[in-house]
Amino acid sequence: MAADRERPLSPHLQVYRLPLAAVLSITHRITGVALALGAVLMVLLLVAAASGSQVYTAVYPLTAHWLGQLILFGFTVALYYHMCAGIRHLFWDAGYGYELDTVRRTSWLVMGGAVALSVLTWIVAIAANGS
Amino acid sequence: MSLRTPLANARGLGSAKEGVDHWWKQRLTAIALVPLMLWLGFSVAMIGTADYYSVVEWIAQPVNSALLILSIAVGLWHGVLGLQSVIEDYIGAEAARLTVLILIQFAAALLALAGILAVLRITLGV
Repeated sequence: MAADRERPLSPHLQVYRLPLAAVLSITHRITGVALALGAVLMVLLLVAAASGSQVYTAVYPLTAHWLGQLILFGFTVALYYHMCAGIRHLFWDAGYGYELDTVRRTSWLVMGGAVALSVLTWIVAIAANGS
Repeated sequence: MSLRTPLANARGLGSAKEGVDHWWKQRLTAIALVPLMLWLGFSVAMIGTADYYSVVEWIAQPVNSALLILSIAVGLWHGVLGLQSVIEDYIGAEAARLTVLILIQFAAALLALAGILAVLRITLGV
């Protein structure tokens, strides 16, 4: 007999607390899509540089503005997060790291690695440019 | 009688021996991108607020041009494969899905060409 009312679907995103691994999984997707947009910006910057000093000097201040810096910082975190989570995916592909304890540990490792690499990159940036 | 060949009856019904093609290329490009993006991330951090001439000079160095072109090509390739997975998962309507997939691939081809030409133009000093 068919159900006469709509059943809730699982996982019901409004009431279901996603496990850590699921949060990392959807973040991997979101950062991936964001990085595709970042690639567009990178190519535009290269094209600006190839168009000569006038164009580059006109575009450049955008990257120095605090909002531009914030966006660049966001891309740094997204890049390293996607890289660390991606490396974990490669281990999974090879058949390693499926134990729940291991997954929990590597989840924190992925997040820690992303933060560490981002901070390190910006320390290098500030040290190299003194700003 | 119909103009269609019997081939249409066989298409899409079984293995074409390319089942892991997308999966494999996504992983292959992913592995290549680990060193490339570490290099790019720290290089961009090093140049940072440099003026036009030091940026162009940096791009024009042969190793940097080569790695930049590789980063553009492999990065966009990986991006297309990834976006394809996302689109296939979330866009149900076939016409819309196909349209977005085609647009993404065209955009990536255009971006790759523009990026690579920009690097070549700088490094060859035109």
